Amino acid sequence: MPDPMRIRATAQGDVVDVRVLMSHEMEGGQRRDSAGNLVPAHFIQTVTVTHGGKTVLSADWGPAVSKNPYLQFKFTGGKKGDELVVTWVDNKGETRTDKAVIS
Amino acid sequence: MSESRRDFMKLTGVFGLLAAAGLLTTREAIAQQQAWNKAAFETKSMADTYKVLGGTPAESADISITAPDIAENGAVVPVGVTSKIPNTQAVYILVEKNPNMLAAGFNIPQGTEPNVATRIKMGQTSNVYAVVKAGDKYYVASKEVKVTLGGCGG
Repeated sequence: MPDPMRIRATAQGDVVDVRVLMSHEMEGGQRRDSAGNLVPAHFIQTVTVTHGGKTVLSADWGPAVSKNPYLQFKFTGGKKGDELVVTWVDNKGETRTDKAVIS
Repeated sequence: MSESRRDFMKLTGVFGLLAAAGLLTTREAIAQQQAWNKAAFETKSMADTYKVLGGTPAESADISITAPDIAENGAVVPVGVTSKIPNTQAVYILVEKNPNMLAAGFNIPQGTEPNVATRIKMGQTSNVYAVVKAGDKYYVASKEVKVTLGGCGG
């Protein structure tokens, strides 16, 4: 099981600022190991953030997103105490879902 | 005899549930993988990328890119995109001189501000493009980021 994400969501009025730090190798598939073999690509492909069952952001990522990816965005309509659900899926089918409460 | 049989049944029950749960998440994962726009991430020229995304964008001053002028480490380049174009539906971040141009795409549902930030890898000094989809029109802005140490390969 991959390491948990760190999610921080803060509400100012009804605008929620969301910051997510994921823990993932994000191997691009271009790099060679010390023996000269290509390191196979392993990266997060989709990230979905939902608030109250409604998707507030969905992202498609390529291997060019940095290791341990960071994501920041804002949405309106959230308030303190609401729950956010963040899910990612990588190209090997591994997935992780974490929840956070808006503060 | 009957005692051990009962234990065995209990065990299979638990494993059955686990397997069902495992299957469910895999199926969801596969569905999400299929939604991923593979073609767009595999293009090797700006023109092709635009074609797969859906249209050639027009220059716009209403998109701003937040990125450093000089990035010391190409493996971690913070890039933020803000669009003031009404009805922004999607934001794409492209790097002209990477092996594949498209780095990330974000779908912006109604109620979400067209203001996203992430960190990307850059192989060398290049223009970074932010493409915005609004309705069926596309807009673009660019910014040059100088990279002193590349982030692809090693």
